[in-house]
Amino acid sequence: MMRFMLLFSRQGKLRLQKWYTATAERDKKKMVRELMQVVLARKPKMSSFLEWRDLKIVYKRYASLYFCCAVEEQDNELITLEVIHRFVELLDKYFGSVCELDIIFNFEKAYFILDEFLIGGEIQDTSKKSVLKAIEQADLLQEEDESPRSVLEEMGLA
Amino acid sequence: MPAPIRLRELIRTIRTARTQAEEREMIQKECAAIRSSFREEDNTYRCRNVAKLLYMHMLGYPAHFGQLECLKLIASQKFTDKRIGYLGAMLLLDERQDVHLLMTNCIKNDLNHSTQYVQGLALCTLGCMGSSEMCRDLAGEVEKLLKTSNSYLRKKAALCAVHVIRKVPELMEMFLPATKNLLSEKNHGVLHTSVVLLTEMCERSPDMLLHFRKVWLLVPQLVRILKNLIMSGYSPEHDVSGISDPFLQVRILRLLRILGRSDDDSSEAMNDILAQVATNTETSKNVGNAILYETVLTIMDIKSESGLRVLAINILGRFLLNNDKNIRYVALTSLLKTVQTDHNAVQRHRSTIVDCLKDLDVSIKRRAMELSFALVNGNNIRGMMKELLYFLDSCDPEFKADCASGVFLAAEKYAPSKRWHIDTIMRVLTTAGSYVRDDSVPNLIQLITNSVEMHAYTVQRLYKALLDDISQQPLVQVSSWCIGEYGDLLVSGQCEEEEPIQVTEDEVLDVLEGLLVSNLSTPVTRGYSLTAIMKLSTRFSSVNRIKKVVSIYGSSIDVELQQRAVEYNALFKKYDHMRSALLERMPIMEKTASNGPTEIVQTNGETEPSVPDTKLPPLITQPANQANDLLDLLGGNDVVPVIQTTLPTKPASAGGELLDLLGDLSLSGGPAPAPSVPISQPPFLLDGLSSQPLFNDISAAIPPMTAYNKNGLKIEFTFERANPNPNIAVITIHATNTTEADMTEFVFQAAVPKTFQLQLLSPSSNIVPALNQGSVTQVIRVLNPQKQQLRMRVKLTYTHKGSPVQDLAEVNNFPPQSWQ
Repeated sequence: MMRFMLLFSRQGKLRLQKWYTATAERDKKKMVRELMQVVLARKPKMSSFLEWRDLKIVYKRYASLYFCCAVEEQDNELITLEVIHRFVELLDKYFGSVCELDIIFNFEKAYFILDEFLIGGEIQDTSKKSVLKAIEQADLLQEEDESPRSVLEEMGLA
Repeated sequence: MPAPIRLRELIRTIRTARTQAEEREMIQKECAAIRSSFREEDNTYRCRNVAKLLYMHMLGYPAHFGQLECLKLIASQKFTDKRIGYLGAMLLLDERQDVHLLMTNCIKNDLNHSTQYVQGLALCTLGCMGSSEMCRDLAGEVEKLLKTSNSYLRKKAALCAVHVIRKVPELMEMFLPATKNLLSEKNHGVLHTSVVLLTEMCERSPDMLLHFRKVWLLVPQLVRILKNLIMSGYSPEHDVSGISDPFLQVRILRLLRILGRSDDDSSEAMNDILAQVATNTETSKNVGNAILYETVLTIMDIKSESGLRVLAINILGRFLLNNDKNIRYVALTSLLKTVQTDHNAVQRHRSTIVDCLKDLDVSIKRRAMELSFALVNGNNIRGMMKELLYFLDSCDPEFKADCASGVFLAAEKYAPSKRWHIDTIMRVLTTAGSYVRDDSVPNLIQLITNSVEMHAYTVQRLYKALLDDISQQPLVQVSSWCIGEYGDLLVSGQCEEEEPIQVTEDEVLDVLEGLLVSNLSTPVTRGYSLTAIMKLSTRFSSVNRIKKVVSIYGSSIDVELQQRAVEYNALFKKYDHMRSALLERMPIMEKTASNGPTEIVQTNGETEPSVPDTKLPPLITQPANQANDLLDLLGGNDVVPVIQTTLPTKPASAGGELLDLLGDLSLSGGPAPAPSVPISQPPFLLDGLSSQPLFNDISAAIPPMTAYNKNGLKIEFTFERANPNPNIAVITIHATNTTEADMTEFVFQAAVPKTFQLQLLSPSSNIVPALNQGSVTQVIRVLNPQKQQLRMRVKLTYTHKGSPVQDLAEVNNFPPQSWQ
């Protein structure tokens, strides 16, 4: 099972954190700090896997962002790399050539996409199309919420 | 009040901050604005404010005051509110928070909402972070949704159920009926999540596992699904680099592994499909290799036939040659797991594994090292050791200790020759000497002692190493000890194995004294060198110099050194007659286990075998032909007295005492004037092991016997076999007194024929109470390597009713079992 996923920049700024186990805020901060240090210190020639505490860390760098997952002993590291890649593909499709700024300014959307892709650290749907469609529909629902108000506002009647 | 600023606006503003302080100021200002907005119960902008709060939370700032607002958002009718509300809940309202449970009702309502995306939000939140209570409350709703025909909800419900089971395992049963039909779904999302759910159930409940295997016949179903995946043509929706739904394939393989474990039938049923996947999966990309990896793990874990296992190991072997270091890493990890069970198959890939020692990645190096040690055997020891020693030279410090230990272990097990063994040890000590574990020092000393023919060579090499470098303490300690023991061989230039060096006694003493004064030496090392110097007093002729050194340290600040020096001084002054015997060559130490450091004589984990050694009289060296042979019962001449009873000054008495029964010979020192009770002696070197209890499991076989019964004094012998040496009989004497008066100052002495060796331990007391009110017990150990008939002559002295009594007797009625 995936315990948590972190996205952070090369400068050590956290861009997304998803925890699948209940952890104290203080401990989360400590772990994030520690892990960022360890991962950022890795050289490019090293493997994408490392042991940290009692977990396995699978990380991959995409442009300026590090995607970092913590999985358990019995999990398959290679397929975890594919999970990370799938998430990046989803972000890419959604934002259109995603870059770090997209994730910074639309972090809540990044979370929505992640939550449509994984629940409790496990994949909900292996079809890219299906996940993206669901997000699209949900976004539409959100717009329907908002549009009546803005129309009225436009007409100066709100 | 102006509308709160938009989220993106805030993000933009905060990013313009140039310092941490500036950022903090902005954040505080915005937080204040948000707080007042919350107080006003503003519904319109709550969503926006919470979103901003979540952003600031990610930057590391506290956001707990937004918790209740999240709850309000979740309760709102607007989808936008719910979306942000649930996100906020997942970030701020985990089960450790007090208000966590307040969500329960909202989630319950939303699970039954008319819009599936709202239901989805609720399922997701519950499935990611629901507490046990919440799970208990809402399990029923989840179970309902598991049965819906809407695959969008079904897949989420399945993962939600997984979470519920993780939190409240007792609820597993209630999901069983709903799970039954999940695998007949076409939707890959449902299929994938169902397999995850089934896996979770199997892992948690062996009963469930059995049920799935036998009743549901899960294995054939899974095999069929997997087969379809592989055989079916290109499906654009699920394709990843030419492979159809690799995520589902991997999950199925994992579930198969659990089902096939320790079950022959299931393993057989999946044999073909595993072989198919193993041979047909495309390996050019990571996806393919991920599937192969999972397949290998499954093959190795179930009861697969040997052909399949070899296939799996070969896949791992190919992985080792892959350019992708991730694949190599994974291969080494798996090989490490299988090396015990499929040793020969893994051996075939040995050279590739050894190459991985040179990899740049630390984790790969470590695994390669562990695997290399696991693969060392008698045939490849020379080659492997070369590689491993080279690795030891160049590796990071974090590896050195483990590598050094591994080298020692391997060398001990498979050394092709003693010279090779010593050379290997030397190499480790000189290259990684400071990383060697403390317990290796006594181990090595024992090894060196037992390699009799190599003593000269060893001491010469160690001496040369000392000349080069005195900073590595284990090396220095071993070297000092050896020089102390074999210094005579060193100066006489007896080395056969290599060119003997010319060394004078003074040069050797210079080196040892150098160690004493050097800042690099630890106190333990100093102890070693002082003792070594002392030992050389019987091997070298420059005794005066040694005397001088020893007396100087008699006033050392270091208490340990001081004590030693004082005692050695005493040895020079008052007990000079004993010095040569005390400082004799060490005998061969017997070992029971191959690598336990605690099996070395006498230490309690001390790394100084030398010091207690010199306190013990080295009574027996090689069997038979030493001067210290035991007493000759017949004839009575040429008896060489060995160490007698306690020296009044030393607390630890000279070990097993050998007594001279024929009292007319003048013993140097003689028996102690008062029959002082020796304090518990350190055990004898005879069978080498001090941490061993003296008595093993009581062999009920040997019956006790009465050895002496006269004048009211009765002495009974009871027998045990000493473990592990069957040649040693352990006899306990029990002396009882039937007369009306105590027998005081009771001393029991014994002697045995020349072919035996005897050790007498301290008696329990020297008063045999009258009227059988108690007994004196004493332990005798008899070594009988030639298995001759045991005979013993005993001498008893005691005082009874004021007058001394003395008696001699022969004991011949030993039961045959005691000496056979």
